[in-house]
Amino acid sequence: MLDFLKQPIETFQEFLFLSGRAFRNIFRSPHYADDILLQMDIIGVGSLFIVTLIGFFSGVVMSLQMSRALATYGAQGKIGEIVSITLVRELGPVLTAVLVAGRNASGIASEIGSMRVTEQIDAMRALGTDPVQKLVTPRLIATAVVLPLLTIIADFIGLLGGGLIASTMMNISFDQYWNSAWRILEYNDLVQGLVKPFLFALVIALVGCYYGIHTSGGTQGVGRATTKAVVVASVWVFVITSLLDPLFVNLQ
Amino acid sequence: MPQDATIVRFEDVSLHYGETPALDHLSFSMKPGETSIVLGAAGSGKTMLLKCAVGLVKPDSGRVFLFGEDVTPWTETQMFAMREKVGILFQEGGLFDSLTIAENVAYPLENRPVSAEEKLSEAEIMERVSESLRFVELEHTLEKFPSELSGGMRRRVGIARAVVTRPPLVLYDSPTAGLDPITANTIINLIIKERDLRNTAAIMVTHRFLDGHLMANFRYNPNNGNVEPHNVDHLATGTEDTAVSTRFLVMNEGRLVFEGSERELLASPDPYVQKFCKPGTS
Repeated sequence: MLDFLKQPIETFQEFLFLSGRAFRNIFRSPHYADDILLQMDIIGVGSLFIVTLIGFFSGVVMSLQMSRALATYGAQGKIGEIVSITLVRELGPVLTAVLVAGRNASGIASEIGSMRVTEQIDAMRALGTDPVQKLVTPRLIATAVVLPLLTIIADFIGLLGGGLIASTMMNISFDQYWNSAWRILEYNDLVQGLVKPFLFALVIALVGCYYGIHTSGGTQGVGRATTKAVVVASVWVFVITSLLDPLFVNLQ
Repeated sequence: MPQDATIVRFEDVSLHYGETPALDHLSFSMKPGETSIVLGAAGSGKTMLLKCAVGLVKPDSGRVFLFGEDVTPWTETQMFAMREKVGILFQEGGLFDSLTIAENVAYPLENRPVSAEEKLSEAEIMERVSESLRFVELEHTLEKFPSELSGGMRRRVGIARAVVTRPPLVLYDSPTAGLDPITANTIINLIIKERDLRNTAAIMVTHRFLDGHLMANFRYNPNNGNVEPHNVDHLATGTEDTAVSTRFLVMNEGRLVFEGSERELLASPDPYVQKFCKPGTS
């Protein structure tokens, strides 16, 4: 009766196996430091431009849209606080994660998927290399390091964007905006804003690698794997943030 | 337990993909220096046989022996050490397309699971890589990438990579598939040269009867570097008569339906087996 659940549960089980191996391999040699650095370059530096751009514009847009509602209460001075809390706690981590999921979970899945369908993964195993150690673990470490950093940058640039609107269109001095923005932040907000990207990073890297490794069916299969990786990673980002929010709110 | 002189042995190996059997109670064995030519229709389990032999795929039942040891229960990590003694040429070459040719051929040497003292130095690795590429006459491609080479050249680099660790057993998966007759024969000549110079055992999966026919009836002449029919009057390098040491296996839907010499293959009354016996088919 519950047969339709069989496939998703099997998939999830395989995913957990892969994740377990990937984590275990962090503490085993050989450590492919070169690959870790390369991935940090691809995932981190590569995403920098777009994360900055989107971060900036999300701050701008938030400021613009909030200004009208705030004006009805004459509370425009609060714009700094609102932009700050929203960005740091929620929008920064989630937007950045979804962007990186789109850009890099797809890249990871298609690269590893292409290797799979051209028998390069089997060749690696036949020639004495553990594909999880060589391909998955470096991407996991790289994304986990790089995504929180990208999120911080996105938050910062977003706040600047909001400040630009506040000072040019809302008659609020930049100093006032900036001061209120950082004063409102509490320890809890910062922890949330950094723990979330870390968890998102694990999901993005592992989902991308999972669908890459389990690609089958030639070039069409690579396309399917890439799509699934992006969709599943993005969905899990939202699921995790929804599950974590009540937790952090209650910890305040 | 009697001393096992075989290099590969399958004992009642079965492997299923869902409902369909990829390998069905398969049993065969091979001694060092022998060549096994595996023929069969697409989907008959030929590639699965190779993957099972080197442990890339585990059988559902039965046992696989490599160099006299039962490797069926071995973990992946334990298999790494064994795989140094087994060279494998994948269909389409299986080269790593983001590495240069030199890095590709050096890969098995750089990933050996040995201690630091036994590891080869950079210079020694380069020497072996050049030697291997010289063997397949592609020494000038060291710095190129696989995408810059033709299909036949990629296949030859695959052979160079498969033999760079000087393994006593080499597995060839469809080495001539998709190649024109001239290039295909070049590849077979290289495989014959490898067999005769280093007395390697080989399992070759192929769709061409001609490949098996050439392996059984031709040998490498070290005096003039040519591959010639073995009834020509010259010295070969210490192997048995290749007509005897080359065995043909025919597979049908995972089962072994024929095993024997070329002569027995040509005389077989089985119509399925007969389909594969047309010399000159490519």
